[in-house]
Amino acid sequence: MSLFAFALIILGLLALIFGAILGYSAIKFKVESDPLVDQIDAMLPQTQCGQCGYPGCKPYAEAIANGDEINKCPPGGEATIKKLADLMGVEPKPLDSAHGVEDVKKVAYIREAECIGCTKCIQACPVDAIIGAAKQMHTVIVDECTGCDLCVAPCPVDCIDMLPVKETPANFKWHLGKNVSGTVGNIDIKQVS
Amino acid sequence: MEAFAKIDILERVDGSAVVEAIKAGRLHNFPGGVHPPEAKLLSNQAPIASMPVPKTLYIPLKQHSGMQGSLIVAVGDRVKKGQALTHSSHPFAVPVHASTSGIITDITEHPSAHASGLPETTIVLKPDGAEDWHIMPPFENYRTVEPITLIERICDAGISGLGGAGFPTHIKTQHNHDVECLIINGIECEPYISSDDRIMREHAWQIKQGIDILRYLVNPKAIIIAVESNKPEAFDALKTACGSDASITMASIPTKYPAGGEKQLIQALTGHEVPRSGLPMDIGCMMFNVGTCFAIADAIIYGKALVQRVVTLTGEALKAPQNVWALLGTPMADLLAFAQYQPAKQKRHKVIMGGPMMGFTVTNDNVPVVKITNCVLVPAADELPDIDDEKPCIRCGYCTDVCPAGLLPQQLYWYSKAKDFAKAEEYALADCIECGACAYVCPSEIPLVQYYRQAKAEIKAQLDEQQKSEKAKQRFEQRQARLEAEKHAREEKHRKAAEARKAAMENNGGDAKAKIAAALARAKAKKQQAAKANDAGTPDNNDESSE
Repeated sequence: MSLFAFALIILGLLALIFGAILGYSAIKFKVESDPLVDQIDAMLPQTQCGQCGYPGCKPYAEAIANGDEINKCPPGGEATIKKLADLMGVEPKPLDSAHGVEDVKKVAYIREAECIGCTKCIQACPVDAIIGAAKQMHTVIVDECTGCDLCVAPCPVDCIDMLPVKETPANFKWHLGKNVSGTVGNIDIKQVS
Repeated sequence: MEAFAKIDILERVDGSAVVEAIKAGRLHNFPGGVHPPEAKLLSNQAPIASMPVPKTLYIPLKQHSGMQGSLIVAVGDRVKKGQALTHSSHPFAVPVHASTSGIITDITEHPSAHASGLPETTIVLKPDGAEDWHIMPPFENYRTVEPITLIERICDAGISGLGGAGFPTHIKTQHNHDVECLIINGIECEPYISSDDRIMREHAWQIKQGIDILRYLVNPKAIIIAVESNKPEAFDALKTACGSDASITMASIPTKYPAGGEKQLIQALTGHEVPRSGLPMDIGCMMFNVGTCFAIADAIIYGKALVQRVVTLTGEALKAPQNVWALLGTPMADLLAFAQYQPAKQKRHKVIMGGPMMGFTVTNDNVPVVKITNCVLVPAADELPDIDDEKPCIRCGYCTDVCPAGLLPQQLYWYSKAKDFAKAEEYALADCIECGACAYVCPSEIPLVQYYRQAKAEIKAQLDEQQKSEKAKQRFEQRQARLEAEKHAREEKHRKAAEARKAAMENNGGDAKAKIAAALARAKAKKQQAAKANDAGTPDNNDESSE
C-alpha cells in the first residue's frame, strides 16, 4: 500500500514539474503569430492586388494555412505555386484561371496631361506608390509600383495605363537562341573549332 | 562551404615567398583549362594604328560594371576632348568623357555594347576635328601628393578595369588591408585578341609608370608582372622597362585558357585560391590589367581622362586585321571600314565584340566601342562554325575536366535547364566565371554558358523580385498602420467632439435648472410680497402685471 502511495506521489510530483516547465515555456517562448502564415506570406509577391479573392497577401496566406488552394495568385505565377507546394507538402497545380493569368510584369503609368487630380488612385494604391494632391497632377513612383492594377478602375478619366516593365541590359535574361535583332545565338560560345 | 571560405581568408598570401618561388621557376597551376588555336598572329604583327576621327561618336553613360553617373551636359553643348560628361555621385559610378572635341547633337537611346543590344542612354557627339584637349592638372611629382587625391583623379579620369570586367579602378585601390602581391595582368589568354600584347610591346615604359603609381598607392610587399608564354616580345619589352627595378618580378605563365582570369592567375602564381564570394584582397592580392596601368599613368602624369583604348580588329573577313587606338564611342561600322571588311567572306553579317570564347554578336553596326571592348572579331564563313545543333548530353565529363573553377558543369547544366535554381546555386553556379571552356570541349555542342547565364539572370531576377516584394510588404503594412492610426484619430476626434457637446449640454442644462429654480424662487418671493401687501390691504396685482 505504501509502495502504491509512494509511486503516486512520485508520478504526481513529476507531473507537476513537467507541467510547470511546459507552462513556463508556453509563456516564455510564446509565438505571436502563426509562423506558417509568415512563411507563406514571405513567398507571396506582396502586390496586395486581391486577385486571389482575399483583401491582400496576408489574408490569403492565412487562408492557405487553413487549407485553401495554393494556385490563386496570378502575379506570383508558377514559381510561387512551386514554392508553396514545397512548403505545404502538396502537389503543385496549374494556376487557377478563374483568378487571372500569369502576365508579364507591369507598372502603372499616369498620362499626366489627362489627370484631373481627383486622388482616387492615391486612395486605391496599397503601397503608396502614387504621389499627388487634390486638383494637382498625380504620378506613379515606378520603383515602388507592384503592378497590382487597383488604381486603374477608380480613375474617372481612364488616364492610367498598365505598361510592361522595360527590358534593359541590366535585367536582360539571355534568351537562348535569339537576340533583339532576331539573329540566332547572341553569345557564340565555341566559336573556335 | 562558408567554413572553407573563412579558412581561406585566414590563409593570406606571403608576397616574398611567392616571389622566391617564381624566381626559382616554381609556378602553381589552376584546375582545368583548354588550348584553343591562338590565332593571334593575324593581328599582332603591325604596330597599333591611329584611326581617323569618326563622323559621329556614341558615348553610352554606362561603360563599366557598377552605376552610371548623372548627366552634366546638354544637347547643343560644345565639349572639349577629355571633358567629363557625367558626374559620379555614387562610389561605384565612374564618369564618361568626351572622346574628342565637338558638339553634343543628341542624348538618346542607342543600341548598347551588350549581348542584348537593348538601348541605353547615349550621348551623340559630332566631332569638330580640332582635338582640343581638356587637360586636368597633371601630377608629375605624384609622390608628393596624398594618395587619396590620386585615387580621386583615377575616378575622375573614368578609369575602370580595361581587361574585360570593367570594375571601377578607384574602388580597388581604396583598400584597408596590407597588400602582399600587386599582380599586373598581361596574360590576354583569349584567342585572337592581341591588344594587351601590342600595348606591352609598344608602351612598356608607360605601363611601368602606371605600376609605379600603383606601388605608391597600395604599397605592396611584392609586384609581379605576369605575361603568357606565347608573348615573348611583350615579356622582353616589360623586362627591359622594369628589369632594373629589383622589387618587380617577371613571371612567364604557360599558355592555357583562361589563365588571364583574375582568380585563375592568382592561383597559378601563388597557389592560393581566392575564396568564393570573396575578393583577391581577402588573401592579400590585388590585380590590374596592363592597359589599366597605362591609363592610370595617362590620368596622373599627363592629366588625360580615359578617352581611347586599344582594340584588336581581327578575323579572316577583314583584309587588314590589326590593333588600333579607337576613341570610346567609335561605331563598329567605322572600325570595320578601317580594317577593310569584306562582306563577301561571310555567309551572314556577323561581328563579335570580345573574343571567340566570351564575346557576343553585336546587334547593330552603330554599337560603339566602350571601355571594356578589347576586340572586334569578324570571322569568315568557314572560320568559326555557327552552332545551332545542340545534341543531348552524353555525360562524357569533359566539361568537368576543363572547368577552371573546379565546378561540375554537367550538373549545373541539368539544373539550369530544369530551372531548378536552388539546386544550381547549391552547385555553386555563382562561382562560374563564364569562360566557355566547358562549351568549347562539349562534343554535343551544348551552349552551356548560355544556360548558366540564363540561370544566373533568372536567379538575380528572383532575388530582385523578393527584395521588391519585401519592400512592398513594408509599405503596405506601413500604409495600413497609417490608415488605422488616421481612423483611430478621427474616431477619437468625433468622440471628443461628442463629449464636448454632451458636457456643454449638461452645463447648459444645469444653468437652466438653476434659472428655473431662481425664477421659481423669485416668483415665490413676489407671491409672498403680494400676500403681505394683500394683507396690508392694497392689492398689487396690476402693478405686478404692468412691470
